Amino acid sequence: MAKKKKKMPGLNTSSTADISFMLLIFFLVTTSMDTDMGLARRLPQPPEDDQKDVEIDVKERNVFNVRINADGYLALYRNGNYDFIALEDLRAQAKEFIDNPHNLGSLPEKHVKDIELLGPMAVTDNHVISVQTDRGTPYNIYFQVQNELVAAYNELRDELSMARFHKPYAALDEEHRVAIRAVYPQKISEAEPKKYGGN
Amino acid sequence: MAGFKKKEAREMPEMNTSSLPDLIFTILFFFMIVTTMREVTLKVKFTVPAGTELEKLTKKSTVSFIYVGPPTDALRAQMGSGTRIQLNDRYANPSEVMDFVAQERRGMANQAEQTISIKADQHTQMGYITDIKEVLRKSWALRINYSATRRQ
Repeated sequence: MAKKKKKMPGLNTSSTADISFMLLIFFLVTTSMDTDMGLARRLPQPPEDDQKDVEIDVKERNVFNVRINADGYLALYRNGNYDFIALEDLRAQAKEFIDNPHNLGSLPEKHVKDIELLGPMAVTDNHVISVQTDRGTPYNIYFQVQNELVAAYNELRDELSMARFHKPYAALDEEHRVAIRAVYPQKISEAEPKKYGGN
Repeated sequence: MAGFKKKEAREMPEMNTSSLPDLIFTILFFFMIVTTMREVTLKVKFTVPAGTELEKLTKKSTVSFIYVGPPTDALRAQMGSGTRIQLNDRYANPSEVMDFVAQERRGMANQAEQTISIKADQHTQMGYITDIKEVLRKSWALRINYSATRRQ
């Protein structure tokens, strides 16, 4: 007896979509599109072995010394004494220091520099901001201080950018950013910690 | 009048859904590729500080993480509650950071771009962070990033 030739039934694929939906949802849930964020900093190069710690001679007026003690209090070291300041005031103080708008003798020296796209500008590019901590300083305070200092630079850059290019700094192209950065170069020194003020 | 017929109620043609699984598969593959399952199990717990001036960590392939904080609750009984540094899957001393950096760097295509992200608990004492920074400096890993969350 000849068998009837049966047609192979097609596989029902209507549920494939559901299965892949399930997989999709699984991956959607487990994905951590980790937009990791943070404060980017650059460490100074390590000292050469044969090189003694050379004290770079920086004029006192060019240094903005922030010290944080083990209890998390901030002090500005100026003219041989400490002025305690609040974290909220740090940004304004730092801005004034970096910019030296009134060309004061106690703040960093200004000299005129010819910058591409901006023309001659009075810049304070010899300034240094130094943050010193104690070993017991809470990390959070240190981080907030760094954050405020970076914010001071960012605000100054934004102000200049708005005044000259009528755009916020973030909206500029690289060429213009370089020009702005040349006026306000970020100079935050990561000094080694010293033990001071007890503990 | 010629030419005007009453329109018949036409049946709506059914949409062809045979390509739907393919579409979903495409999205699925996208997510599979983008997903980074966390390779390390955290042995320290930390709450990173919050800041406003943050930058995004781009180029995942050149970033290595150092975790700093007290041991997790499960491990506290054995390890105590002092601050610990975690590299990969284990606790380490600051001096071991150098090997870690070298090892991480070896696998990188663009070694000059190597970035170390420090994920430290906000209550950590700066001494630990400074020790790590010193070692990083010695091992020429100069780009660092203090991991943080955004604050309004």
